[in-house]
Amino acid sequence: METIVSIRPFLAVLVSILAVPLIVSTRRTNFREGWTFFAAFAKFSIIASMTPVILDGVEIEYTIAQVLPSVAIKLKVDAFGMLFALVSSFLWIVTSAYSIGYMRRLKEHSQTRYFCYFALSLSATIGVAFSANLLTLYLFYEMLSFATYPLVTHHQDMEGRSSGRKYLLFIVGSSIGLVLPAMLFIYHMTGTLEFTQQGFIAGIVPPKLIWILVLLFVFGFAKAAVMPFHSWLPAAMVAPTPVSALLHAVAVVKVGVFCILRVLTGVFGTQLLFSSQMDTVVLYLASFTIIAASLVALSQDSLKSRLAYSTIGQLSYIILGAALLSPKGMIGGMMHIAMHAFGKITLFFCAGAIFVATGTKNISQMVGIGKRMPVTLSCFFIGSLSVIGIPPGGGFISKWYLILGTLEADQRFMLFILLSSSLLNAAYFLPIIYKAFFCTPEESLFENKIDEAPPWCLVPLTITAICSIFLFFYPEPFFSLAKIVSVGIFSGQ
Amino acid sequence: MVDLLTIIISKYNYWGYIVLMMIGLYAMIVKKNLVKKIIGMSIFQTAIIFFYVSIGMKKNATIPIISHGHDGGEHAVHAVDFINPLPHVLMLTAIVVSVATLGVALALAIKVYQQYNSLEEDEIDSQIKVK
Amino acid sequence: MSQHFPAFIIVIPLIAAFFIFTAGWLKRTYCFYIAAVALAISLFSSFGLLLQVLQNKVVVYHFGGWSPPWGIAYRVDYLNGIVLVVSAAIAFLNLIATKKSVEKEFIERVGPFYALYVLFVTGTMGIVVTGDAFNLYVLLEIASLTGYALIGMGTEHAALASLNYVFMGTIGASFYLLGIGYLYIATGSLNMFDIASILPNIFQSNVVLFAFVICLTGLFIKMALFPMHTWLPNAYTYSPSPAISLIAPLTTKVMVYVMIRILLSVFTPSFSFKSMAVNTSFVWLAVIAIVVGSILALSQQSLKRMLSYVMIAEIGYMVGGFWLANRAGITGAILHIINDAAMTLCVFLVAGNILYRVPGDSFDNLKGLFRKMPFSMGAFVVGALSIIGVPPTCGFFSKWYLITGGIAAGHYGFVAALLFSSLVNVVLFFRIFEIGYFEPFGDLHISGSMDEEEKTFDDAPLGMLVPLMIVAAGLIALGIYTDTLVTKVIQFAIPGGIS
Repeated sequence: METIVSIRPFLAVLVSILAVPLIVSTRRTNFREGWTFFAAFAKFSIIASMTPVILDGVEIEYTIAQVLPSVAIKLKVDAFGMLFALVSSFLWIVTSAYSIGYMRRLKEHSQTRYFCYFALSLSATIGVAFSANLLTLYLFYEMLSFATYPLVTHHQDMEGRSSGRKYLLFIVGSSIGLVLPAMLFIYHMTGTLEFTQQGFIAGIVPPKLIWILVLLFVFGFAKAAVMPFHSWLPAAMVAPTPVSALLHAVAVVKVGVFCILRVLTGVFGTQLLFSSQMDTVVLYLASFTIIAASLVALSQDSLKSRLAYSTIGQLSYIILGAALLSPKGMIGGMMHIAMHAFGKITLFFCAGAIFVATGTKNISQMVGIGKRMPVTLSCFFIGSLSVIGIPPGGGFISKWYLILGTLEADQRFMLFILLSSSLLNAAYFLPIIYKAFFCTPEESLFENKIDEAPPWCLVPLTITAICSIFLFFYPEPFFSLAKIVSVGIFSGQ
Repeated sequence: MVDLLTIIISKYNYWGYIVLMMIGLYAMIVKKNLVKKIIGMSIFQTAIIFFYVSIGMKKNATIPIISHGHDGGEHAVHAVDFINPLPHVLMLTAIVVSVATLGVALALAIKVYQQYNSLEEDEIDSQIKVK
Repeated sequence: MSQHFPAFIIVIPLIAAFFIFTAGWLKRTYCFYIAAVALAISLFSSFGLLLQVLQNKVVVYHFGGWSPPWGIAYRVDYLNGIVLVVSAAIAFLNLIATKKSVEKEFIERVGPFYALYVLFVTGTMGIVVTGDAFNLYVLLEIASLTGYALIGMGTEHAALASLNYVFMGTIGASFYLLGIGYLYIATGSLNMFDIASILPNIFQSNVVLFAFVICLTGLFIKMALFPMHTWLPNAYTYSPSPAISLIAPLTTKVMVYVMIRILLSVFTPSFSFKSMAVNTSFVWLAVIAIVVGSILALSQQSLKRMLSYVMIAEIGYMVGGFWLANRAGITGAILHIINDAAMTLCVFLVAGNILYRVPGDSFDNLKGLFRKMPFSMGAFVVGALSIIGVPPTCGFFSKWYLITGGIAAGHYGFVAALLFSSLVNVVLFFRIFEIGYFEPFGDLHISGSMDEEEKTFDDAPLGMLVPLMIVAAGLIALGIYTDTLVTKVIQFAIPGGIS
């Protein structure tokens, strides 16, 4: 694999950190948001500028600092990282616009702080995506945990505090308690932490320890919300909706999944997972989470909680895709990172728009809302299609590949899980839309008059909805990136 | 038994300093009165000074001052004839240190007395708890 | 001139102390500047020495021209070269950072305060630079006595706390003195390296054994290793804040340095680690210190007292790491001396800044501090993350080495204790963040405009903030340059033969 050294990945990480002092020091709110946009566009264009190189199969490296013998804080851009970075940096632009509409309309306090920590979180996310070794990954993972804490607890009330506690307890507790010792142990055994295509601990770490390490990582990266380490995510829904949308549907949770995938492939390697039969364990953990989360989602009345549980289930799709250890499954998992991101962020944007326009949070109070907010609810419908996996939603493609993966790996039971989960997804999304549009005037809780959320809210959610459909017809460059990853991982077999 | 006696008798300086040290330590730990504790601390430090002084001692030796004899004192100086002066010199420093410690401790004790009107630990503790 | 650096380090502050005291009578404003110049020279000399060490390996300075074993030799090698620089830098930065709060707190007594301050630094730097076991005792007492006095200048129960510290401190120092006495009996020398060259022939002697035990006991008391820690929390809580941000980073850490120095350079590793076979027991002692210190910290209700217990746990890190007796563990211990000193300075400086603006440091007084003092609390967050052990702050990397050492030695109790302590630290510090961030509840909701946020801003003066920011940035810089520090300095401080 060809490698070039360039400072661009570091710049991509740094650009939103550098925006923080600018955001803080600017007095006028319009300029402040201007800086956020500037940083978001700069970040996206830096990342996008690297895409053609990555698509050519080249990797980009940059060493920030040598901190330990044989381990450096080092960035490396490969196809997998690029895929994730593209998704999150693009959605940051959209979310920034949405944040402006949401925060100003609700007259939220401390908006400066909000935009600062948002920028920091994005730096950490891109840092995770571009990590070249486990130490760098851990560094940015922790940075993300701490940078999102003030966002989760933004309202600074009792509920925010208890949710913040839960958030830290799960996320920081598991990363220090589980990931850190696992990482140190691997460092002690192998003397390196650098990710490779086929993993580096096969043959060095005794087989009986492998399963402990795998479990430490799978549960330790609690951001992936694998049950039973999931309950921070519904709690984190107290945050303002743009936070839930970008961080708790895309950046933070996908960072968790990304870390698990990265460690499973880059540290353990697919062959080791297969020979130690850990793939089966991870598969069952993921499938349990998928089904259980979907069932819980059915019973949630708060729209954001329902979306949160749906997210928990969908995240495990990605883990499942990787654990199938088949090329198609891997492609499906990778694609699902992008597809689910666009679909779910649309849903969250809609939930926020409904809250902004009507102050309603609960599904039972949304009967007839489609008459009042037709655009929002139409986009909600598109987002649901994508998450359920019905064409023309983009989610269809990723689920298609996941299903092909189960056949390829000869895992019939997983096929069953995936299909029944899709049914459950439909069961908890479609009734909302049905009741929103098709109800008698007597049942409707809203006046028959169109009154949408402000344009700053409406435009972003329309954009993401259109993207969801667009990705069904033209899933590039994500598909090519996923393919490069899959080929890279499975070519050795 | 005889061996034990010989040990005790032949190393009496060690036993002496250990007994003194224990008395000092006992006072510092058990006594409730701060001044008594300070006295204990002084005894404790003095015990160690005694120990140092005693280890410089030799049998049939004199103070380490070279006396010039009537014949001009050109003859060789035998170390055996003199006790080791180094521990004694060290203890000059240690004495200064212990005096300084004593001074600081007493100054603090005065401050404590001004503050609580008592030097008994029990009474001071009960005052602290009341606040 | 540069060959006299070891002498400058202590002689200049020593002389300066007398001038400061006199200046205190004549014109109080001079005191600070004399102290600053003296400590700056001390810092400069330390840097110079470290550079010399990096070139010539070992700098030996014979005081007054008398060569050892008769005279006192100062000896700077990799181990104390780096500790010197860190101590001098901490003393200097703290001096600058606390100027305002000293003026506020000590109005009339500025002269005595700075005289004691500089003498304390003299003692501490002397402990680090000296190569003579008895000289170390004298300097130890200089540092301790001035420390007692500084703590005694505090409010509330400071005098009583200080007096208790006097008792414990004296017992500790006296035990050390006694141990040195036995070493002298056995070897007839007081120079550390002279002793080390004689000792191997008489390792079996009970005298050496006794000296080892009694020295170590004394040092454990001085460094406040659990269960000999009882003097520390009260003394640190009631001490005046400008003094404690000097004493807390230096005293216990320097005592850990002394332990490492005595065990590696005097008793030599083959005796300390192999003949004695007490490693595991001492690591378990450290484990208990870490666990108990962390748990006790949880039950505290004021900032400085909580930090004191955190420090008791941190002492366990260093002692445990050292007694793992492998290269990673000892590297971790030495690295943690440096890092812990820096992060303790950072958090105690913040405590000082808070006390400058707020009447007390009990948790009730910390409400709304993120709004009132964002910069100080920002530095506090960095310090706290470092103590928790989050990369890229320095605390993570020393913990990294300590845990790797624990794994390498197969001592999983120590590994578990470190992780446990990290988790407890998360709870500890986030509890403070919560109070500073959330409370008081209610009144700032839906204010929307930015003007209202500015109104309550009342951070410490710039003169206190800038040094604090330097320290906070230093925590991250220390983290990023860990490898340089380890490969250029610390790995040479560990004698060969330890794998």
